[in-house]
Amino acid sequence: MKIAIASGKGGTGKTTISTNLAKYTSEQEETVLADLDVEEPNSKIFIQGQLIDSQNKFTMVPNWKSDKCTFCGKCSEVCYFNAITQLPNEILVFPKLCHSCYACSELCPVDALPMQSEKMGVMEQYQDGNLSFIESKLDIGQEQAVPLIEQTIDFVDQKYPDETIKFFDTPPGTSCPVIEAMKSTDYVILVTEPTPFGLHDLKLAAETVKKLDIPHGVVINRYGIGNAGVEEYCEEEDIPIIATIPNSRKVAELYSNGDLLYKEIEEVKQAMENIYQTIEDYR
Amino acid sequence: MKEIVVISGKGGTGKTSITASLAYLAKQEVIVADCDVDAADLHLLLSPEETVAHDFYSGYLAQIDNEKCTGCNRCKEVCRFGAIEVKAGDYKVLPLECEGCGYCDEICPVDAIEMEEQNIGEWYISKTKVDSSMVHASLQIGAENSGKLVTRVKNEATNLAEEKSLNKVLVDGSPGIGCPVIASLSGADYVLLVAEPTNSGFHDMKRVYNLVEKFDIPAGCVINKADLNVELTTEIKNFIRKNEITNFGEIPYDDAFTEQMTEGKTIVEAENNEIKDQLVEIWNKIKSN
Amino acid sequence: MKIAFTAKDIHWNSEIDPKFGRADYLLIYDTETDTLNADDNKENANVAHGAGPKTAEKLFNYEPDVLITGNGPGGNAKRALDQGDLEVYAGANGMTIKEAYQAYQDGELNKMD
Repeated sequence: MKIAIASGKGGTGKTTISTNLAKYTSEQEETVLADLDVEEPNSKIFIQGQLIDSQNKFTMVPNWKSDKCTFCGKCSEVCYFNAITQLPNEILVFPKLCHSCYACSELCPVDALPMQSEKMGVMEQYQDGNLSFIESKLDIGQEQAVPLIEQTIDFVDQKYPDETIKFFDTPPGTSCPVIEAMKSTDYVILVTEPTPFGLHDLKLAAETVKKLDIPHGVVINRYGIGNAGVEEYCEEEDIPIIATIPNSRKVAELYSNGDLLYKEIEEVKQAMENIYQTIEDYR
Repeated sequence: MKEIVVISGKGGTGKTSITASLAYLAKQEVIVADCDVDAADLHLLLSPEETVAHDFYSGYLAQIDNEKCTGCNRCKEVCRFGAIEVKAGDYKVLPLECEGCGYCDEICPVDAIEMEEQNIGEWYISKTKVDSSMVHASLQIGAENSGKLVTRVKNEATNLAEEKSLNKVLVDGSPGIGCPVIASLSGADYVLLVAEPTNSGFHDMKRVYNLVEKFDIPAGCVINKADLNVELTTEIKNFIRKNEITNFGEIPYDDAFTEQMTEGKTIVEAENNEIKDQLVEIWNKIKSN
Repeated sequence: MKIAFTAKDIHWNSEIDPKFGRADYLLIYDTETDTLNADDNKENANVAHGAGPKTAEKLFNYEPDVLITGNGPGGNAKRALDQGDLEVYAGANGMTIKEAYQAYQDGELNKMD
């Protein structure tokens, strides 16, 4: 069972919810949490645990073999991403622009561009009791999040049985890395705050999830500030509000330290119970 | 021409709220550019009007003409993204999977495939509530945020500034550390970092500062919600000092930000507000830097 | 000798374009024939990524000896330009093509490694 925790807007509490929820759930059963916000993963700050494995993650890029090349220019011609440049005496590959489509490599008439691996990031696995935590982080300068997200999801799919609860902390926004992180999940929890920014971005996130046709519910964080706009929207659109977390300075302070909230704050524990119940209902 | 870019690394630090406040204070001295194009929010505080919209194109999508298709299956065989599906003999491209690489087009023996450039968003020029011009954009759901739209917004803003003989562009930058941020930072003359004293906020700010250093852009930093965690605020201040980043001070955590936002206003529009004075000072310092 | 400039328009009194990969025009001045040729680079200006190398690719077809720019080439473009024999100069921002050429001759531009 795979559950994505997403938000249109950054800073609404997505990671707060995913880490607290994963830890809380791991007290009931075996749980997996994967941080797929590969540009700026933050969950690790909240999870204590033993590092049990670290793997470099690779993407495939073409590698130019000068001795075979006839300078026909086909590679540069077919590349839609300008990752291959034909110079008078050299074919230059720009690995960071490469989308690994293999077109240049397979269409080269003399096989002068075999694909080879190029490091793009790191995937680490931690164990904290019943919680298996996986964090993938893109190397600085790497431009594409999607391949790393995809590989991380593949890893999780292969390593853990289908029935195990798996939470995916997704990147913020609605662009293609978010789609990649969400698309294979069974349920999406949309985290928002009851403000105009929160509502505006929730609408975008909800549209995204509807487009992917995945059942979803909303968690309202910092409940009590702002206005009722989010609640009204959810009612109009028939989106269940599955939990709320009150706005409190104490919550903000605990979060700032990297502490888990549900152990100290009753309302947060209640919220976790509500969300867990919703998930159970879906199973 | 001075390009001032406001970034934070992490979302939710108050970057957009602060940028909106500076835009409000700067009035018609600046062109405002909202480069946070994936779920843009700046317009919610600046009430843009008289908007002129332009289509934005980027990336390609394969289109298969089933009349010409002979069912040889080559396209499906070569596609690395699982973007070609066959149903009842009809070959279909899955838009969310298609990467626009053109390999299928190249390989099709009967020329049944075409690559079509995609309209993935829009960019706008509007008038803000303080009568300044604002360039902003919206990216469609699932679109690739390559930085191209960010670059378009910035270029239009810079052009507008030149047209109107203004010498400052104020940019709400993208979060993260990828292409959109790189595009936001490229050409910047000054960076304002908005930090928050949380572990994740500080962690992300350091990561994005890496980029600022690489581009060799002078920077200043304001610590928002500073009283939430005194220890972390001190750590951030040490980091600022060590890296020779100008310290623009600390703004306390204040519900007034949200209260104002709920009414579509910036914090500097609230009465009797110390934060307003702080922001006025920050803007004056940035202007003269 | 052939001198290339990144330019905003196609005349001697046009302004130097600070960008390389996304420069509006490449102007090539042939000192032997005293002609100034313009290459419209706007298709490269519009690509999402890889503008630099593409522009370098195009530039090499003219076999220039010198390239004069405003800001200088970005990372990817530099990697492409390093493969050739040409000398790259930056620092001509705000100048016209004519002024930039003069500055080059007077040794006032920044030669890039």
